[in-house]
Amino acid sequence: MTLNQLTAHEAINLIKKKRITAYEIMQDIFSQIDKVDNLIKAFLVINREEALKQAKEIDKKVKNGEKLPPLAGVAVAIKDIIATRGTETTCGSKILKGFIPPYNATVINRLREAGAIIIGKTNMDEFAMGSSTENSAFGPTYNPWDLERVPGGSSGGSSAAVAADETFVALGTDTGGSIRQPASLCGMVGLKPTYGRVSRYGLVAYASSLDQIGPIAKDVTDCALVMKVISGHDNMDSTSVNLEVPDYLKSCQEGIKDLKVGVPKEYFIEGIDPEVKGALDKALKIFEKLGAKIEEVSLPHTEYSLPTYYLIATAEASSNLARYDGVQYGYRAEEYEDLSSMYQKTRSEGFGSEVKRRIMLGTYALSSGYYDAYYLKAQKVRTLIKEDFDKVFNKYDILITPTSPTPAFKLNEKVSDPLTMYLSDIYTIPINLAGIPAISLNCGYSKSNLPIGLQIIGKHFSEETILRAAFNFEQNNDVEKKKPSIKPAKHKEAKK
Amino acid sequence: MTEKIITKKEVEYVAELAKLEFNEEEKEEFTSQLNSILDYFKKLNELDTESVEPTAYVISMPNLLNEDKVEPSLPREEVLSNSKYVEKGYFKVPKIM
Repeated sequence: MTLNQLTAHEAINLIKKKRITAYEIMQDIFSQIDKVDNLIKAFLVINREEALKQAKEIDKKVKNGEKLPPLAGVAVAIKDIIATRGTETTCGSKILKGFIPPYNATVINRLREAGAIIIGKTNMDEFAMGSSTENSAFGPTYNPWDLERVPGGSSGGSSAAVAADETFVALGTDTGGSIRQPASLCGMVGLKPTYGRVSRYGLVAYASSLDQIGPIAKDVTDCALVMKVISGHDNMDSTSVNLEVPDYLKSCQEGIKDLKVGVPKEYFIEGIDPEVKGALDKALKIFEKLGAKIEEVSLPHTEYSLPTYYLIATAEASSNLARYDGVQYGYRAEEYEDLSSMYQKTRSEGFGSEVKRRIMLGTYALSSGYYDAYYLKAQKVRTLIKEDFDKVFNKYDILITPTSPTPAFKLNEKVSDPLTMYLSDIYTIPINLAGIPAISLNCGYSKSNLPIGLQIIGKHFSEETILRAAFNFEQNNDVEKKKPSIKPAKHKEAKK
Repeated sequence: MTEKIITKKEVEYVAELAKLEFNEEEKEEFTSQLNSILDYFKKLNELDTESVEPTAYVISMPNLLNEDKVEPSLPREEVLSNSKYVEKGYFKVPKIM
């Protein structure tokens, strides 16, 4: 076994006990990246030199007997939509190619202060718009479990990197499922925090009323560790909430006998893969065995979530993405006649087709004469969706659902039909609309050895409860945890 | 699809608002794709929302305001360093008037 295969909490303990050094960890991490990332293509930028330097500093602290910060020596990969001072941040877009942020996102400063080592930036759907990472301007990322399949998206690079043992943990962002769906498709743990739990300062905005940063990890313990570090109020983000951050790890240690679990019947729609349904049923039995009380519940407005989400998200995106005009940063078209044509040519050459489609949809929904029919209507239905959750959470502590209706799908399978692609986020989208937290973790594997995820949803600011439920399930799941064996795709071998 | 919700002419108008330009083929494709997406969105009209308040932000909390205190901002050179089109400490754009 090489050190990159450890979890973050195992590595932290071994460093503390002086059994291994942070430098040795980094060597194994980078040798894994060298070995597999030409197949996975999870990374856009790799910070080798800086990471090795930071590892040496941590080892010096260990040697001098200094107190170690909570994530000392933990390799973290960062989705390329989070600003990293001095390191290129592209959002997977040609329009930001070469952009070097002059400041760090708050989460980056918090991770650095906690001793984490940022090893690189990960691939993503352009501006987080997508569910497969195929919309990256820099080419797709491949699922470590099957290189002919997508890792999910938009945080596909982050989840593939964790699954392929190229990093211990990663940060992703989740606007409609972009942490949980790729975590599920790659067999990892991914948490979307309550809206306002984690500062969005330095997160390039897609849909500001829905976006949240969260961790993707190999297990629930690592997820809880990272959550503790990145959560909390920040003066730089007026939507970050001033609430105390609980000790997530400690609450994991308690049982779940007291928990009342709701299973929303509307989530078992046509189109759910029978293997996903089967894995979830088995998982629910384990929750029952652990003492949780399980009952069917109803979220009657579920079927309206998708149109509501796409109207709100695209409207906010069309406004947020107006800033890419070629003036202050990023790409500027070479040839244009006047200012207006510079804007048009810059944006038309710089954005990819899904981003343009969403800007068009959002601009239309906000345009004069259509605002009430589309945007305002969607905001009203958002209220109804949120109230559905408020009602069930009066009686239940958590909800359990599948994370995605199918395991990982093949590359090119859904690109030509945007609506089918949007449907892969059907179980994750309502959670962002309600602003509540949810975690996805592995509950089994399909016959063709693809991971299947389940989603645990909680009330506002109840990350403690969903992490506790997830931890208890993880410790008692009778499906043995697997690691992907990364093999070149068959058709590629044939070509050789 | 039964009826056209958005015409090619409207697509051209929205593109103008969004400062995007498309060739003929792209205009046709966007018109057809946006129509099927908007057709699907009509589903929302099934719901009577006459007396429902819209939700813009999901967490109800008081405004959090920072103290009105002058703090250093980013150095000018660093802010300008991401553009190739800089002159005398300013961003350079084509002539406007």
